[in-house]
Amino acid sequence: MKVLLTWLREFAPIEGDPTELGEAMSSLGMAVESMETFDFMDGLVVARVLDLRSHPSADRIQLVDVDAGDGEPLQICCGAFNMAVGDLVPLATLGSTMPNGMEIARRRMRGEWSNGMLCSAAEIGLGSDAAGIMVLPEGLTPGTPVAEALGLADEVLWDLEINPNRPDAMSVIGVARDLAAHLGVPFSVPRWVVPETGESVSEVASVEISAPELCGRFVARVLRDVTVGSSPTWMQTRLSLCGMRPINSVVDVSNYVMLELGIPNHTYDLNRVPGGHLGVRWAREGERIVTLDGVERDLGPTDGVIVDADDTPIGIAGVMGGASTEIGPGTTDVLLEAAWWNQRAIAETSARLGLRSEASARFERGADWAINDLATDRFCHLMSEMGATVTRGHIDVFGVIPERPRVTVRVNRVNAMLGTTLDGERIRGLLEPIGFEFEPGSPADAPVVVVPSFRPDTTTEIDVIEEIARHHGYDRIETTVPRSPVAGHLTGYQQDRRRARRLLVGAGLIEAMPLPFLAPGDVTRAGLRVESPVTLANPLAAEESVLRPSLLPGILNAIAYNESHRNPSVEFFEIGTVFSAPAPGEIVPTENEHLAVALAGREAPGAKEYWDLLVAAFDAPGATLRNQDDLPGLHPTRGGVVSVGDSTVGVVGEVDPGVLEAWGIPERVAWLEIDLGAFLRSEHGAHRYRPVSVYPSSDIDLAFVVPDDRQASEVEEVLRDAAGPELARLVLFDVYRGEGVEPGSRSLAYSLRLQAPDRTLTDEDVALIRARCIEAVEDRLEGHLRH
Amino acid sequence: MTLTDEITRAGETAVAIIRGASSLEELKAAEPTIFGKKSALGSFKRSLGGLDPDERRDVGRHLNTVRAEVGDALEERRRELAAEERRRLLEAERLDLTEVPTSPRLGHAHLVSQAQERLEDVFVGMGFTVAEGPEAETDWYNFEALNIPRWHPARSMWDTLYLDLGDGDNVVLRTHTSPVQIRVMQNQGPPIYSVMPGRVYRRDTADASHMPVFHQIEGLVVDRGITFGDLAGTLDAFTSAYFGESISSRLRPSYFPFTEPSAEFDITCVICGGGGCQTCQRTGWIELGGCGMVHPNVLRNVDIDPEEFSGFAFGFGIDRLALMRHGVEDLRQMFTNDVRFLSQF
Repeated sequence: MKVLLTWLREFAPIEGDPTELGEAMSSLGMAVESMETFDFMDGLVVARVLDLRSHPSADRIQLVDVDAGDGEPLQICCGAFNMAVGDLVPLATLGSTMPNGMEIARRRMRGEWSNGMLCSAAEIGLGSDAAGIMVLPEGLTPGTPVAEALGLADEVLWDLEINPNRPDAMSVIGVARDLAAHLGVPFSVPRWVVPETGESVSEVASVEISAPELCGRFVARVLRDVTVGSSPTWMQTRLSLCGMRPINSVVDVSNYVMLELGIPNHTYDLNRVPGGHLGVRWAREGERIVTLDGVERDLGPTDGVIVDADDTPIGIAGVMGGASTEIGPGTTDVLLEAAWWNQRAIAETSARLGLRSEASARFERGADWAINDLATDRFCHLMSEMGATVTRGHIDVFGVIPERPRVTVRVNRVNAMLGTTLDGERIRGLLEPIGFEFEPGSPADAPVVVVPSFRPDTTTEIDVIEEIARHHGYDRIETTVPRSPVAGHLTGYQQDRRRARRLLVGAGLIEAMPLPFLAPGDVTRAGLRVESPVTLANPLAAEESVLRPSLLPGILNAIAYNESHRNPSVEFFEIGTVFSAPAPGEIVPTENEHLAVALAGREAPGAKEYWDLLVAAFDAPGATLRNQDDLPGLHPTRGGVVSVGDSTVGVVGEVDPGVLEAWGIPERVAWLEIDLGAFLRSEHGAHRYRPVSVYPSSDIDLAFVVPDDRQASEVEEVLRDAAGPELARLVLFDVYRGEGVEPGSRSLAYSLRLQAPDRTLTDEDVALIRARCIEAVEDRLEGHLRH
Repeated sequence: MTLTDEITRAGETAVAIIRGASSLEELKAAEPTIFGKKSALGSFKRSLGGLDPDERRDVGRHLNTVRAEVGDALEERRRELAAEERRRLLEAERLDLTEVPTSPRLGHAHLVSQAQERLEDVFVGMGFTVAEGPEAETDWYNFEALNIPRWHPARSMWDTLYLDLGDGDNVVLRTHTSPVQIRVMQNQGPPIYSVMPGRVYRRDTADASHMPVFHQIEGLVVDRGITFGDLAGTLDAFTSAYFGESISSRLRPSYFPFTEPSAEFDITCVICGGGGCQTCQRTGWIELGGCGMVHPNVLRNVDIDPEEFSGFAFGFGIDRLALMRHGVEDLRQMFTNDVRFLSQF
């Protein structure tokens, strides 16, 4: 919402430094987004055209003699021809600087001197009209600075951010009222006098509301002898500065009244409305209308319409008028509407049609229903100044209007919410200037206030408390810090997650954070077999329409990005949410937090190292790894599943070469992805103390030849089992295939450290354990000791 | 030449040999020729037997002195040579540390993680717990419970991404972490002192200051007697703890359906310290987030009696904080996963 200082001043004597006034508005919740003053026009003065002469040697410029205040003719060369002798025009005098930086100097144009420059409205920052020289309103004195002559000398333009709960501040009077209350100056809206002539409005027009819940109030007036021309310069100036393009006198006045009073209004060419009759009803399925913007629109039973005497829709209520009754250049009789529409109905229609207008924006936030008559008077007042006549009286029909809520405001509740010590008098002093009325006779410690009609957002005590806080001043509320009775802490899971992150960062990995969105093909391209990944109903782009079921595709994108920027062999990890279809009976998708490690340029063992690192760091006793062929997305013969206890928590291995090819990644990628939640839910982290034995240990090395179809992890398991509690450490230190080992088998060499907590193991003890191990491998794995 | 003189000369000869040795090996080889039984100094002992007692005492004393001198010279030379040897070995190991190629493996937590953990730590220190919740939520948790009914015009404040689950537009990607506030209030009664960090989603086209996916931290306090002054005080305490003593906060009236009174939460511009610069558009303040007193309707929606308990809530973006802290100009850079970016932090 853009507001001008001089416009505000028509309703309250607002004075002060523009920056401080801006801060005051911000402190009231109308944040100043920008502020503009008009001091750029130094040296720009009003000049009267004395004579127009053709240039002796140029067709496209003429010679203009102007009076710049001293009565002497001053010759200017000018490329525009729209002015007449006697017009007042803006003259940029010698030595002045235009807003675009151009300096005005005396110069010769095709042999004739030009002693300044006449300007268009656009050139001096007053609107968009660049077609000709700006013709200023009559009555100005030549030589006066234009800024002063147009009343812009101390004009200030603020662009305010208005919150949805402040429909009143979508108008000049609303901003003025709030600011006046803050500054402690009086605020009032004049009753504009409308000279009425001729017949009564009810003789030429009628209004019937058939949908009272849609239309709370409908005020209509009729104007005659209207000339559709230009509106006065001052009005055009204000509209332009406030961001509305001047169009013609009727449209401009309509917009002016909307900006000033916050009441959207609509004009019909009376002669195109049969019998001057307007009806209000809900639209019917299948009805259509061509709106002012020339678009044909389908209507439905949730849309309000204005219909003519034939019951044909001629406007969409509160959103946009119809083309059939539009004001045209030949319009002389105008039927004016200033209605109040149900907020929700307008919001729904506007959303359904995707059609937002200045009017609908105001109606859906909630316009004032108490000043529609005033708005029509203001309209007629302004039009009558341009020669229109106004028929007698208003048509004023009511539907269902909201009641003004009566709200009990408990003084102690106010102070309990705000942490203040305001008394009833102070509260009254804050609320009355912004239109709240105090019901006489209500208790002093819990007065009943009646909410003004222009604050439809305010219905409950807390709403009123906010108004009190706003006008008391947020910055005047004393700050306190509550003492939390809670011991601040992270949950065990949150601590573990941080530990995992620290661990991986400590191991040299970089944490990646791809967006969780994937393109539709990414899931299958990554080799994942997910039947129905969760998709977005309204994605911004197709490439961002699928929610990731795995961290793999996003990380592959990140690796591919870096490969293509000459950064191969990146080593990433990620901790993030993955999504899958809702579980049976659930509405929302299943979410799991996954942890992934991706090592570009490394083979599967690299990923296994990180699994072992996690297992060691989190002391997960039941952690196992088993090879498994053809895991989704993984190298078909270089992958395995990892488990803790009975639950599988993830996969480890290498990304499928085919997938890497699809992503254009020219090197191998070692991959580990686990469900971090499942991993951390299983038993872990006990780090239970085991006494350090004081007795010496014995090391024995055993190399077994084991068939390839037996996993090393099985050998390990068998050895642990066979060796028993005296096995203090087991390390696989060599794997050998080749000469001396039969084909289809390999030699696995283990080092076993044996130690007892309570004695020194004898040679016999060690020999016994050794024999048990050999026997177990032979019996259970068809392996044998390598000779 | 007397025996004494002979001893003296033999001693001088031995010292000369010792001094002349140029390596420990040479010295070791020379040792038997100096002290051995067949050496000059070794042979004198035998000659002592033929002397009368007085003379034997004098000569013997002299011999001992000379032997001791020679021994000292040997020891000294050995030390010298050993030191030389060590110097030579060390010299051979000389290393120009600046020419040694290294590739330190320094890992990096993502900027957002770093910022989030720092924020959590500050709030934990202030007596808050950290609550988390799902990223996909029903319309009720994301909007209705927060006092934003379906037709509410304020819905347009959030451009929402909906999930296609075949049941209309009931499930959304949360537009804020406020649904976690609802869950905390449902699962745990007052007193509540919690922050809710997490990933949130908006239907926003990515540009320098917007991403469809970003991160927020919200805070919620619900207890007896909580006031707007407590909100302002808590945010001020947080601001000084996180940004430093010189940075303060202020509140300006604003509007959110789930809080009332509502406020925007500004902090002293961290770039210019409040003097006014381009970042703060010469106001000296940066808008950080929104806050307010929890709306009574929200409390009622989770069966907390607003007459008995009151509370405040606040929220702001984590990504933007990280951006500001490191002077990153474009939010999109945080999510390209370019190692040249990530490994700077």
